[in-house]
Amino acid sequence: CGLLRHRPGAGGAYWVDSQQKRYVPVKGDHVIGIVTAKAGDVFRLDVGGSEPASLSYLAFEGATKRNRPNVQVGDLIYGQFVVANKDMEPEMVCIDSSGKSSGMGIIGQDGFLFKVSLGLIRKLLAPKCEIIQELSQLYPFELVIGMNGRIWVKAKTVQQTLIIVNILEACEFMTAEQRKQALAKLSGN
Amino acid sequence: MAVELDNGQCRLRPFSCELGLLSRPDGSATFLQGDTSVLAGLYGPAEAKVSKELPDRAALEVLLRPKVGLPGVLERSREQLLRQTCEAVILGVLHPRTAISLVLQVLSDAGSLLSCCLNAACMALLDAGLPLNALFCGVTCALQPDGTILLDPTARQEQEARAILTFAIASNERKVLMTTTKGSCSVEEMQQCLAAAQRAATTIFQFYRDSVRRRYSKS
Repeated sequence: CGLLRHRPGAGGAYWVDSQQKRYVPVKGDHVIGIVTAKAGDVFRLDVGGSEPASLSYLAFEGATKRNRPNVQVGDLIYGQFVVANKDMEPEMVCIDSSGKSSGMGIIGQDGFLFKVSLGLIRKLLAPKCEIIQELSQLYPFELVIGMNGRIWVKAKTVQQTLIIVNILEACEFMTAEQRKQALAKLSGN
Repeated sequence: MAVELDNGQCRLRPFSCELGLLSRPDGSATFLQGDTSVLAGLYGPAEAKVSKELPDRAALEVLLRPKVGLPGVLERSREQLLRQTCEAVILGVLHPRTAISLVLQVLSDAGSLLSCCLNAACMALLDAGLPLNALFCGVTCALQPDGTILLDPTARQEQEARAILTFAIASNERKVLMTTTKGSCSVEEMQQCLAAAQRAATTIFQFYRDSVRRRYSKS
C-alpha cells in the first residue's frame, strides 16, 4: 500500500510509493551485505532478506584462482544481484557486465553502518537529492547507500560520523524546513 | 483519531489506530475499539526454520499474548482463527520458503477482543507492505435474549447476550472469511447479524483508508 504516483510524458509510468522496512531481493539492485560465512569458494552474505545471498570469490575485479580477494567474516560488501527471484537463493557479484568493479567490492575499515526504511533510501538515491547536498556542505564524508535499507557513512572523526548518522535517520520524519534548521544549528556550532 | 459511528440501529464504539509505532518489527499497529486495545507486530518475509518452511508459499505463524498470565487454550484457538483469516488474504506464493510471524499483545480487554485482534492484524499487514489480495476487518455481534442485535458489544453486554458471533469480512464484495459463534442462535438470526456486520464493515474499511492516508500525508 502507498501513494499512487504518475509520471506524465512519453511512455508515462504509474508506480506505488510505499514505506516498507523489509527488503525483498530484486535483480540488478545494489546492496550492502555483511559476510556471515565462508563456505569453500562462496561467501554467504546477509542482505536483510529472507535468505542469505551467495557471492563467489571470483566475482571481484581482478580475482583469479591464485589471486583471491581478502574477505573475512564480518566484512561489508557492496555488490549487485545477478539472480534474485522467489524460487532461488539470491546471488551477488561485485563486478558489472564488462568486468569492472565500478565502485563495488569490499567497503573499507571504520565508518558506521545503519538501517533505514526503503522509502528514505529511494528519496536519497533520487537525482539531485537535497539532503545529501546540504550534508556535504556540513562536513566531507564518504557514503554508500544500499537498496536493502543499509547506509554506510565515514567522516573524519567519530563525532562527525555520528552527527551525519543521526541526521540521516531523522530525515525520515523531518520536513525540509526542520532539516534546514537542524543543519544551520550544527554548522553554526 | 476517534470515530463515532451510527449505523442505522447498530452503533460501533469509537475507534482509533496508530501505525508504525514499533521500531523492530517490519510492520506494527495498535487498534482501539472503545476500551479494548490490541498491539500487533509483524515480521516478514523472514528466514524460516527448515522444519517449518513450505516449498511453495510463506508459512504464517500467529502468537496472541493475553494481558495477564500465560497463553492458554482460548488464545490458541483464537490464533488458529486469525491464522486462517490471514492466510486467505496474504499472497504467500510470492514468498515461498519464508516465514511471516504476527505477534499480538492484548493491552486491555473490554469486549469484542477477537474483532479488535483482526483489525489490528490487518493494519499491521498494511503497515508492513505485504502483498494482499483483499483487506479484512472483524465485527462482533451480540444477540440479546429478546432478539435485538448489538454490534461491537462491551464485556457486560457480551455476558448478558444469548449468543456472540464474530465475523471476519473481506473488502472485496464483503465476503465472509471467518465466522465463530459462542452460544446458540437460529439461522435467520445469524443471517441478520451477518447483514449488520457487512454494513458495519464498510465503515471500518473507510476508517482504514483514512488512517493510512493520514500516515502517508505525514511524509
